[in-house]
Amino acid sequence: MNAIRTASATALIVALLGSAAVTVAWRGAAADTGTGELRLGAPDTLVVVDAKGHRVRQTTRDGKELATGPECRRAAVAAGTLVCLQGLPGPFSSEVRVYRSGKAEPEVTLPVWGNPSRARVSPSGRLVAWTVFRSGDSYAASGQFSTTAGIYDLRNGSHYGSLEDFAVFVDGERTQPEDMNFWGITFAGDDRTFYATMAANGRTHLVRGDLSTRELKALRANVECPSLSPDEQRIAYKKKVGDHWQLHVLDLGTGADTPLAAPAGVDDQAAWLDNSTVAYGRADHGKPFVYTVPADGSGEPVKLVEGSSPTVTTGVR
Amino acid sequence: MYLSQARATDPSRDVAARTPGGSPPPGGTARARVPATVVALGLVSLVTDASAEMVTAILPMYLMYGLGVGYLQLGALDGLHTGATALFRIGGGYAADRFGRSKAVATSGYALSALTKLLFPAVGSAPAVGALVAADRVGKGIRTAPRDALITAAVPEGDLGRAFGVHRAMDTCGALLGPLIAFAVLLAVPGGYDTAFLVSFCLAAAGVVAIVAFVRRGPAPAPRERGPGLRGCLASLRSPALRRCTLSAALLGLLTVGDMSFYVGLQHRLDVPAQALPLLPIGTALVFMTAAVPVGVLADRLGRWPLFLGGHLSAFAAYVFLWLAPFTGWAGTAVVLCLYGLFYAATDGVLMAYVAPLVPAAARTTGLAVVQTAQSLARAGGALAFGAVAALGGLGTAFGVFGCTFLAVIAAATLIHRPGKDS
Repeated sequence: MNAIRTASATALIVALLGSAAVTVAWRGAAADTGTGELRLGAPDTLVVVDAKGHRVRQTTRDGKELATGPECRRAAVAAGTLVCLQGLPGPFSSEVRVYRSGKAEPEVTLPVWGNPSRARVSPSGRLVAWTVFRSGDSYAASGQFSTTAGIYDLRNGSHYGSLEDFAVFVDGERTQPEDMNFWGITFAGDDRTFYATMAANGRTHLVRGDLSTRELKALRANVECPSLSPDEQRIAYKKKVGDHWQLHVLDLGTGADTPLAAPAGVDDQAAWLDNSTVAYGRADHGKPFVYTVPADGSGEPVKLVEGSSPTVTTGVR
Repeated sequence: MYLSQARATDPSRDVAARTPGGSPPPGGTARARVPATVVALGLVSLVTDASAEMVTAILPMYLMYGLGVGYLQLGALDGLHTGATALFRIGGGYAADRFGRSKAVATSGYALSALTKLLFPAVGSAPAVGALVAADRVGKGIRTAPRDALITAAVPEGDLGRAFGVHRAMDTCGALLGPLIAFAVLLAVPGGYDTAFLVSFCLAAAGVVAIVAFVRRGPAPAPRERGPGLRGCLASLRSPALRRCTLSAALLGLLTVGDMSFYVGLQHRLDVPAQALPLLPIGTALVFMTAAVPVGVLADRLGRWPLFLGGHLSAFAAYVFLWLAPFTGWAGTAVVLCLYGLFYAATDGVLMAYVAPLVPAAARTTGLAVVQTAQSLARAGGALAFGAVAALGGLGTAFGVFGCTFLAVIAAATLIHRPGKDS
């Protein structure tokens, strides 16, 4: 009796572990590993990250499938440059990979420490930016996270590993808070000016940065994940209202602040598809989707495609 | 009446020891062996911990990239991880004593945790995932004390330190394997979170099968006889020795720096690159795993309470090292991680091995649960206190303050509780 019990239990355990191994092997073989043929030079197409296989997908503006590209957690495209943040096996380890039009292999690969969070390409396609974060792991304290935002210049290989190395000015005064975090970089067209979020002393600020002087100037409080419009007049961002985020558009000239028709709780760096439309990612019934919403606060959100991390191709300049 | 069958001689343990194929008879040459039940429980813990740590490793990524949840919500989920255990630990312990069914209660805890792994891919929202994480932790809370009671029941009292050492070494080995398995699965199947959860479930289910089939039932209660009620249970926990030992363990726990603060402090004070931060706990776990058995054997020989206090001296030495930072870099890191691993090896299983014989058999599981809960709550408090001191005076000062106070508390604990002659 005892022998039978032991034998059957052992068989059951072997069957459980065996079926686990077989499933991994089978699913692994089934996973598509071919490289796609993105047309990064094509203007006005949408690039998103697919929810299932985490691959870059290129679609038309209304969501028709065009091509599939490399595996990414977070991606952004502009002027023929694709930046791809890919998580690697290993705690908090990721890679920034930069692809240029017509190339199947990344032109630049940079290791970064943290999970992929945000990615952006400058309008010229010459600068790429990323944000990674570390948290939610057994090694990190509960409820705390830290982020690192960096920039790479494809023209000359300058690597700005972290905005923490920049000089920070709040109300005109140089400050050096103990605990600073930066995230959500967005570029202006001059390949020198950029905006980002700085968190320090429990507050978030919109900062404007200058790559050549390595300075950051705080402009306004309670602005997260800024995204500069193509005409560079406005910034779409998420604003903490009560205990949730609401997408807003800030007019840099007038200071007017307009809430968008997106529902509350959007946690994304929005992307301008053109001067009047903003796209963002949001989960619906447990699946990530890309939505668009008018940039003037009017209208309704429109569900576009399944996926996340939307940006629009702008053609090679 | 329940108390009469308790205390040092503990007939239940002899029953377990006499059963064929089970534990060796107490004393003599058999000292070198570890009963099959303990090895089986070690294996159960190994696969279960591997399964749990797989989930811990991939959950943030799954939520962010699989479900599209933001990272502020991750922090809230993380809090649930730690919060849900304490309450259910005592509940599980009491249920095991009340019905005399340590194995059944432990099994239900393992089964509950296994079941949650199967449900992770099925639920699609952050609150539902949060509920599952809480359910998983409830399972862990329920099973811990009954499992330690099963170990106690299977081993002659003189070998408890070794037995707990073997169990904790296997447990830690599983915790080390979990993240590796998770990342191997995700490497083989890109984006394959559901596959990873399935593998995690298979491991946990194998653990449940193993405990059902290979682990001997604990001390069987007399037919139709129930364990003591709540009042009886509490009464039997009121022995001065147990009270003082719990008080000492809690006091020491209050001076324990939280793991995260410890590793961040180490990284800052010893100038280790930030990239190495995720590797530091692995270093500690390796030392813990290697030292658990030798330290347990040593505890059996030299006395478990002195070893338990000695383990805290090891933590004290680590704090002082981080305070003064006599030398930095990898050499300093190796020294501190060795001290910290030894601290865990000498305080986790050794405390259980020491406490178990102090508690009357009829209330043993509750007793173990109370001591574990007191220690872990105190350690959580210690982590908070350290954070506050570090915010006020900086990391170096905080380690200095904690180190010096620690020495005083170790001395106080020595005075508060002196073990009797039996250990």
